[in-house]
Amino acid sequence: MMKPLDLVGFATGAIVAHPMRSALTSLGVVIGVAAVVMMTSIGLGAQQMVTAAIGGLGSNMLIISPGASRGGGGGFVSQGAGSGMSLSDGDAEALKAQIDGAIAVAPTVRGGAQLAAEGANWNTRVEGVTPDYLVARDLTIASGRMFDDREARQGKKVAVIGQTVATELFGEADPVGKRLRVGAVPFEIIGVLASKGQSGFGQDQDDIVLGPLQAVRSRIVGRRVKGDNVQSIYVKAATADDLDRVQEDVSNLMRERHRIRPGADDDFSVQNMASIMEAMSASTKTFTGLLAAVAAVSLLVGGIGIMNIMLVAVTERTREIGLRMAVGARRAWVLYQFALEAVVLSFAGGVIGLLLGIGGAMLMSNLAGWPMAIASWAAPVALGFSMLVGLVFGAYPAWRAAQLDPIEALRRE
Amino acid sequence: MIEIEGLKKTYVMGEELVHALAGVSLTIGQGESVAIIGPSGSGKSSLMNILGGLDRPTAGRYLFKGEDVGAFDDNDLASFRSRRIGFVFQSFQLLPRLTALQNVELPMIYAGVDAAERKERAAAMLDKVGLGSRMGHRPTQMSGGQQQRVAIARSLANSPGLLLADEPTGALDTQTGEEVLELFKSLNAEGLTLVIVTHDLEVAAQTRRRITFRDGLVVSDDHGDGAAS
Repeated sequence: MMKPLDLVGFATGAIVAHPMRSALTSLGVVIGVAAVVMMTSIGLGAQQMVTAAIGGLGSNMLIISPGASRGGGGGFVSQGAGSGMSLSDGDAEALKAQIDGAIAVAPTVRGGAQLAAEGANWNTRVEGVTPDYLVARDLTIASGRMFDDREARQGKKVAVIGQTVATELFGEADPVGKRLRVGAVPFEIIGVLASKGQSGFGQDQDDIVLGPLQAVRSRIVGRRVKGDNVQSIYVKAATADDLDRVQEDVSNLMRERHRIRPGADDDFSVQNMASIMEAMSASTKTFTGLLAAVAAVSLLVGGIGIMNIMLVAVTERTREIGLRMAVGARRAWVLYQFALEAVVLSFAGGVIGLLLGIGGAMLMSNLAGWPMAIASWAAPVALGFSMLVGLVFGAYPAWRAAQLDPIEALRRE
Repeated sequence: MIEIEGLKKTYVMGEELVHALAGVSLTIGQGESVAIIGPSGSGKSSLMNILGGLDRPTAGRYLFKGEDVGAFDDNDLASFRSRRIGFVFQSFQLLPRLTALQNVELPMIYAGVDAAERKERAAAMLDKVGLGSRMGHRPTQMSGGQQQRVAIARSLANSPGLLLADEPTGALDTQTGEEVLELFKSLNAEGLTLVIVTHDLEVAAQTRRRITFRDGLVVSDDHGDGAAS
């Protein structure tokens, strides 16, 4: 009985005997596998970017904005312009008191202001918030402290600043305890936020000043926000599982408070970050699948190339096949030899294609500034598929070889 | 060693039936040297293919050392060819990309002989046919006579009981042809049963027994003792 290892020797021997032809035959699979690896990694990179962009806003979070929902996934950071200011401190307090499973309710107002401190100037976003804001947005304090509820309510003029603001105004010095002019209003810096870096949308999340809601609303934002209105309320649920129920409770409570009749449209909208993320990653997944499918076609073409060359090889080596049978090769062993030859060609193409694909994906992510993402399944799937392609497209030529009549084959010139 | 009885081989050519073997019975003993002669189409090649286990008879019995070869399936026939038969062809049938040593190893690979042992045995066989110094050469680097010696070494690799040679000198000049025949003779002298298919009467004259075929039948069987049966 012959040994399987010797079959491998036969297959590789034939491949090495025609290096140029073998290389060209594998090239189809090389290109196919490289294309699949690259396309899926591009898709995956896009998906990670979307996830990071939305996840950066805060996890398990709802955003309540004034004005009717615009539907779909668009405009999830509504400014509520022209739709009236329907949210108030009272709404936030009611939500905090009555919604089960909401671990943070953070009403906010925002505006822009010129900052000045120790002779330096900087223009940035200023948000009026409550201490819950840190919880809702997954922010932490790097040094100093956050203002407490009492300070927020009283409108004390204290501020917590982002890393970018700290660096721009104070350089390396510790800003805690320093004075800061926001517009014309003097504030005292009591804390610095831990850096969050760039958001997925390209915005610097450290370029921000947080002040107590009351103080920012009356002194900085000014006329755009009247009385006790707020521009948005962030609600954070304890767990992702709670999010849908919390969203429903929030909607019901808000409708009740705003005395909206059954059937009438809401005068506010509630955005669920999780469902937006789901929708967006679903669409990038579809996109990825589409790219991969197109790339898979080239893998198929590569397989057909292998079949073509193997058929030529069987014809060319008819006498060899006859001789092998005459000296004791079983039909099955001839079949295995040629099938293995196709599999080795295809697998070698798969290995090279995988390396090229990873290299190409690195290059693309460098050029496009996308996150580098190679799916963990890319290597085993690419290698497995390339073997499968060899097996599928090598099977018919190998079968033809095994069916040859040794007497006829030996007589062939 | 070989007993055949009422052997028939029939081909269908278009609408006609061709009787390549029309009922052949003969026995060949251990250690004999036999030439099978006859014009082309006489059935001698068909007989050789059946004797070598490359083909099956349409009817009749073929016993090899008492085993009924006719009852073998494809895999049995493959092992039969591997272990019992050595083939030598007119056109040598060496694999061009393999060295002489690798060509001789081939039948041993199919017989499952270990790599180390088969190298040793292949080298010994090449020594025996006088090519001990050319083991690493490829067929294209050798003369016809040398190639046929490699082929003979290959046919001996698995120590077969029967050596079947089909026009073994047909592609060689007279001198090298004679050398190859000498090699056959010395192998036969060592006890190997030898069957040579040829239409060359000079080649046939080198064997002790000559069986002549015509139209699928044995027309004479000369045992070399002058008494044709």
